[in-house]
Amino acid sequence: MESTILPGWDDRDIVMVSALEHYAYCPRQCALIHVEQTFTENMYTLKGRFVHNLVDVECGEMEGGVHIERALPIWSLRLGLIGKADVVEFHGNIPYPVEYKHGPKRKHQHDDLQVCAQAMCLEEMTGKQVPRGAIYHHSSHRRREVTFDSYLREQVEAAIIRIRMMQRSNILPPPAADERCRECSLQDSCLPQIKEKGRLRMLLCELFKPEGDT
Amino acid sequence: MHILLNTLYLMTPRTLVRLDHETVKIEVEGELKMQIPLHHLGSIVCFGDVTLTTPLIMRCAEDKRLIVFHDQHGRFKARVEGPVSGNVFLRHAQHEALSDSKKTTAIARNIVAGKIRNTRQVVLRGAREADNEDDRKALQETARELAHGLDALSRSPDLEQIRGIEGNAARHYFATLDRMVRVNREAFKITHRNRRPPLDRMNALLSYIYALLLNDCLSAAEGVGLDPQIGYLHVLRSGRPALALDLMEEFRAILADRLALTLVNRRQIDERDFVERPGGAVHINDNARKEIAIAYQKRKQEEVLHPVLNRKVPLGLVPHIQARLLARVLRGDAEEYLPFMYR
Repeated sequence: MESTILPGWDDRDIVMVSALEHYAYCPRQCALIHVEQTFTENMYTLKGRFVHNLVDVECGEMEGGVHIERALPIWSLRLGLIGKADVVEFHGNIPYPVEYKHGPKRKHQHDDLQVCAQAMCLEEMTGKQVPRGAIYHHSSHRRREVTFDSYLREQVEAAIIRIRMMQRSNILPPPAADERCRECSLQDSCLPQIKEKGRLRMLLCELFKPEGDT
Repeated sequence: MHILLNTLYLMTPRTLVRLDHETVKIEVEGELKMQIPLHHLGSIVCFGDVTLTTPLIMRCAEDKRLIVFHDQHGRFKARVEGPVSGNVFLRHAQHEALSDSKKTTAIARNIVAGKIRNTRQVVLRGAREADNEDDRKALQETARELAHGLDALSRSPDLEQIRGIEGNAARHYFATLDRMVRVNREAFKITHRNRRPPLDRMNALLSYIYALLLNDCLSAAEGVGLDPQIGYLHVLRSGRPALALDLMEEFRAILADRLALTLVNRRQIDERDFVERPGGAVHINDNARKEIAIAYQKRKQEEVLHPVLNRKVPLGLVPHIQARLLARVLRGDAEEYLPFMYR
């Protein structure tokens, strides 16, 4: 079953660039989105979508002498990766990916993996080394530069392999059921509570017991 | 499952509904009657001569917002659906489960247990609030029958037997349902459940509210990517939303029947709201339909404790949560289906 998306790959093995960030946050969240195709919106994702709407119109333009591409399709044949970069600036002819985020909600690591994966795609597509990129935080209007060192690149490659295995096995990893869940937009789809086996068994026993008799 | 999903019911003839940016505008004969932000709406339900513009229909399909069309008598006519998407693995698991009798029997058994348990809560409340000793005794007797049903169910390995227990429980329940009617009892007499057409006022009232509830269960099933026609307790039949009917069982008594009783007991509905047709069929008039739909929406906003989530949620969201729990069981992500246990 050769892919119609990426030559040489099976569709089931292709990883979305955005999955890296999801996976780094929570493997189950990643599986819910990329295996089960659930997407539930909450305030954070709505805000995220709003910010993305600002940048998610495919076009290229010049701004202050810098060539900018928005919503640029990106891919890597070597890594089996596809996606879209919010913004790619061309400094000289060196691509510089900028990922837009609605707020400082997430820990650095997740965003860094995503933008580094974008850079690795852009390197393969343009044949140029991409040493740096940035995360733009919409709420603070600040940019944070990320350097794509070998350590970060190795982490990207390792995460891609883990995500691919998860997509293949088509099984949901167990819920995290920790503080991550509080801000997760997929809580109601994930039902982290199903991890509490004891409570569920207790409820099940109750089910057949008549109660509240007068 | 989104914030709290609201359903827009459109019942006024010659209504035009259109999308204006992110707002839905409702006009009757050229006059703007109401406007609602689109993101406040979970579904749109139309009765009779109501027109929706194409941009609105396309946008709703895109956002997976349910649109349903009924004729003026509340009979289902059409549903608008976007492209098939979502989880093919879930639907596959749902079909596979049909040939796994152990799994489907366990699901059906727990659904019926949930139904009988919740029905029993309604009956016990009726007994507590009964005005006279006769009614109290009759309702307590029904509660005892329902308790026997629950007990028999816990030991029943067979789907036909489970369906039998359900039928038996329902018979006992409907035989004493009008013991919970405290005013106008003569007008709202009911001895058993009948439909197509309903032959008395209480059955007409129940049929109508069940239709509203069924829509919500359909949208719950579809919302989580389940096929609403593949059910386990209900026998498969062409055109029958067996899974939506399965999901509905836990909610009939607590959402629909309880609402019907409240409407009658508070005199929000009385015998003048019904029309008897030659031959015995009973219909609800348009005004009363409107009143009932509004009351139903209000009832869905009441918060209840969800035992599995262990937090309070609006009653209207519970069918969605249950559909999700069922999906988890079918995918092998959770062990056993736990119906909603109302307290």
